[in-house]
Amino acid sequence: MGFFLETLIGGLMAGMLYSLVALGFVLIFKASGVFNFAQGAMVLFAALAMARFAEWIPAWTGLDNLLLANLIAFVLAGAVMFAVAWLIEYLVLRHLVNQEGATLLMATLGITYFLDGLGQTIFGSDIYKIDIGMPKEPLMLFDSVFEGGLLVSQEDLIAAGISAALVAMLTVFFQKTSTGRALRAVADDHQAAQSIGIPLNRIWVIVWCVAGVVALVAGMIWGSKLGVQFSLSAVALRALPVVILGGLTSVPGAILGGLIIGVGEKLSEVFLGPYVGGGIEIWFAYVLALVVLLFRPQGLFGEKIIDRV
Amino acid sequence: MFYRENGQFKTSYRGDQQIFPIAQDRWAILALVVFAFIGVPLLVDEYLYRAILIPFLILSLAALGVNILVGYCGQISLGSGGFMAVGAYAAYNTFIRIDDMPLLVALLSGGFFATLVGIFFGIPSLRVKGLYLAVATLAAQFFCDWAFLRIKWFTNNTSSGSVSVSNLQVFGQPIDTPVQKYIFCLAILVVFALLAKNLVRSAIGREWMAIRDMDVAAAVIGIRPMYAKLSAFAVSSFIVGVAGALWGFIHLGAWEPAAFSVDRSFSLLFMVIIGGMGSIMGSFFGAAFIVVLPIFLNQAIPLLGGLFGFDVSTAFISHAEYMVFGALIVWFLIVEPHGLARLWSLGKQKLRVWPFPH
Amino acid sequence: MSLKLRKFTLAAGMAVAAVVASVATPALAQPKDQFFPLLVYRTGAYAPNGVPFANGYADYLKLVNARGGINGVKVSFEECETGYATDRGVECYERLKGKNGGATVFQPLSTGITFALTEKAPGDKIPLITAGYGRSESADGQVFKWNFPLTGTYWGAADILIQHLAAKEGGFDKLKGKKITLVYHDSPFGKEPIPLLQERAAMHGFVLSLLPVAHPGVEQKATWLQIRQNRPDYVLNWGWGVMNSTALKEAVATGFPRDKMYGVWWAGAEPDVKDVGDGAKGYNALALQHGAEPNSAVVKEILAKVHDKGQGTGPKAEVGEVLYMRGLTAAMFAVEGVRAAQERYGKGKWVSAEQARWGYENLNLTQAKLDALGFKGVMRPISTSCADHQGASWARMHQWDGKKWNFTSDWMQQDDAIIKPMIKAAADKYAAEKKWTRRTGQDCQS
Repeated sequence: MGFFLETLIGGLMAGMLYSLVALGFVLIFKASGVFNFAQGAMVLFAALAMARFAEWIPAWTGLDNLLLANLIAFVLAGAVMFAVAWLIEYLVLRHLVNQEGATLLMATLGITYFLDGLGQTIFGSDIYKIDIGMPKEPLMLFDSVFEGGLLVSQEDLIAAGISAALVAMLTVFFQKTSTGRALRAVADDHQAAQSIGIPLNRIWVIVWCVAGVVALVAGMIWGSKLGVQFSLSAVALRALPVVILGGLTSVPGAILGGLIIGVGEKLSEVFLGPYVGGGIEIWFAYVLALVVLLFRPQGLFGEKIIDRV
Repeated sequence: MFYRENGQFKTSYRGDQQIFPIAQDRWAILALVVFAFIGVPLLVDEYLYRAILIPFLILSLAALGVNILVGYCGQISLGSGGFMAVGAYAAYNTFIRIDDMPLLVALLSGGFFATLVGIFFGIPSLRVKGLYLAVATLAAQFFCDWAFLRIKWFTNNTSSGSVSVSNLQVFGQPIDTPVQKYIFCLAILVVFALLAKNLVRSAIGREWMAIRDMDVAAAVIGIRPMYAKLSAFAVSSFIVGVAGALWGFIHLGAWEPAAFSVDRSFSLLFMVIIGGMGSIMGSFFGAAFIVVLPIFLNQAIPLLGGLFGFDVSTAFISHAEYMVFGALIVWFLIVEPHGLARLWSLGKQKLRVWPFPH
Repeated sequence: MSLKLRKFTLAAGMAVAAVVASVATPALAQPKDQFFPLLVYRTGAYAPNGVPFANGYADYLKLVNARGGINGVKVSFEECETGYATDRGVECYERLKGKNGGATVFQPLSTGITFALTEKAPGDKIPLITAGYGRSESADGQVFKWNFPLTGTYWGAADILIQHLAAKEGGFDKLKGKKITLVYHDSPFGKEPIPLLQERAAMHGFVLSLLPVAHPGVEQKATWLQIRQNRPDYVLNWGWGVMNSTALKEAVATGFPRDKMYGVWWAGAEPDVKDVGDGAKGYNALALQHGAEPNSAVVKEILAKVHDKGQGTGPKAEVGEVLYMRGLTAAMFAVEGVRAAQERYGKGKWVSAEQARWGYENLNLTQAKLDALGFKGVMRPISTSCADHQGASWARMHQWDGKKWNFTSDWMQQDDAIIKPMIKAAADKYAAEKKWTRRTGQDCQS
């Protein structure tokens, strides 16, 4: 029983981390209808920027304080992501208005390749460290009740907390601020929003900037856990089932989807895996999402797809 | 001036419905095929075969299959790598386990099993649409990745999981040298291209296009979505499976499941979109673009660097390949979202009125 | 011209330029230089480990030129990026095999690419050196004429690990009932040791569990939760690239003692432990004869003759690291095989790939020769023959103390009584598939 709970908790934590990445997908799709395959590359780019700046700032300025260096690195990396977002909107999206979904998807795939190459050219292809002071040792809870205690990773717990805070902030942003309202209006109907005077281009830049910051936070957390290296961009492929299970247009869907996929993955790998030789996590997540889609083709919380003839 | 159909009258329905109604087109294609079979072997050296021509032929076949599904039927599929893997391993098992199995039968059996798998993973398309379907087909990709790594029966119980084939021959002719491999792949490609072209012009092809354009309206006028979608998956997977078997048998010789990873699926989708969705010609253009581009960049970037006095490292070349590839894709999509095939047909149209501008 | 037509001509022009440029690849033919192609991966998920190897290889070749070449014959080399992908590896092979007068030998540094090239090399008559990786059965030179897994294969590696663990426990009989878990990269590389481990498990009665990790290896949370539940006595880490540091990080996160972790010789180098830092303290790994050797004579020579002249391929701090030395020794084998071939075919003359193959099959590096090359205390003698393309099977254990690798065991050798029959059986199976016969007698001498 203890082991089952341990796996469950581990799955929930992993799920929160996936939903961090999934949030970026959902944000951009909600506001501009573009399925941003480049989210993984953005996570990698942001993480590389932060890792390298944190390394270079003490070298440039002689600063010793780790916290201050990390803070400045975060801000600089955020600025870099804003620049990336603006450039993407200016160079790519503006010219692809009104194109069909497959074309936009391919365009973001092209951006993925470009960012992957650019990030490694500027920042390098070695494994880099992000040290934001996360505790690496695990917590053992309830060791009176369960033999050996329940293992809870402190790092994952803090990461889950940060994810939750981020989601709360985003929800407040969307519901309570005028920019958030404008974003929701654009997501609803581009033309109607434009006709009442909402500047589409600026809104899209804002959305991509927000997605960029979300990518930076995701990159920071994943990078702190795993180290920053090229393979980080593959985390997008792990977050895709989360997005489609939760629904492409729903922020709470991203969180719930993340939790379900995380738990599903870990439980299947640990309890079903040994019977079939192991290594089933990745396809199990996709199959799980697929099965849910068969019952709800728009995902758990997505907008119902209405076809007009 | 040259590309006019003045004086070309059709006197039968058959003639009117030919693939290439304009005589100049017919001659040009015939000349191209003859050149491909006879001229190229006289001119080309071994490296070009192994590195460019043979991958181009096999990948155009695969892109043809993907184009049928994505371009003609509108079902975005990211599982083509997995179907190629099924084709390759099924062909391998048929070839190895049954004595004296002819190569062609083994390849076609690879296609057959890929069809079965394709139909199975195509069932969600009856419920799920668009981007959701694209991600759902990734389930096929990752499941196939895992199955060929884990289930030892597929790899003939080798401890390493890597398989190889040798002593290939067809009708008594060995298929060893690059020229023989090239001719073999070319022959298969020509046959399949002809079949595909006729399929998409037939009733089933029209059904696919109707589903692509407006699937609800298509259902209303009596086209059965299940039959149309699953047949698209079936035909597409068959062609992709045969291409996968060719890739493993002819191009690689020895392979492991990582040869058919999700990167292959993405590159096939790129070929279709860059080449032109819904166009047989487009599959060839797209495949040529994707095969030649990395090699071209690999040669051109050091040259360019040398011109400007940089000494470029292989790492930088690799990164620059990525960047240029991504930038080119985006540029293409902005400049011509309908792909190279549209540029080609524009060119032909201009040729029809040449030397006049319009 | 209208915009559409301009677009078309631009696109067409680009296409033509692309085809022309790819066809007109300049081939600088200098048959006097001995050409060594370098298949490297400086990008991708395995780059952190591929880069030091490539730098070591290139630096050694530069050193050979600085020393005056191979009996006067200068060495040239060219890198080709494979990204650890089999099809790119095959493309690099096709591109470089005929260049600069002909490639002498290929070293793919990837088991996947090795499998693919094993099919092509015999036809092209170019030898493959797969020092410490590749197919274990290719040590049988009577079947695998063109493959040379010099100094070690994965069956040998697994065998030596089990021997070490048995020695730690106090004897093979003490292994009975112990639990050993293999965490392996889900690829031909990772699966190679499984047959030998199963054989040893049957012999000594330890419980072997197998936990695969999918490429690229960053997802190991479930793996280590299972390890936490099973509480194995030892964990063998058979990873490469990012998978290794992830394994250590997950071990820290689940509280598994690192000193019970044992890595294969591709999972025990600085890139794997550096960013885990103190968390990796106590992690053990196999050392393929050499470890980190910053004080060896050859390293000092490279620093003096190559790096101090500004010709170093990589950063100076990397010289002497574990994987750098691995690349160094791999290059050394390539060069010494050519030197051995020159003994037969003409000293001071250029040697073809076929002739070099004979050299690799008759490699006889005595301790004196190795010391003269600067490998005193780093490498032990290696001697190949027609039947034995491996040449040596020494290895040691080293351990990370937070700052550097320290040797923690004596020299050990694989147990040929177990391994040789396995190699012969697997090689026979391959020969039967290919319808080859074993090389004997006259063919062995050629």
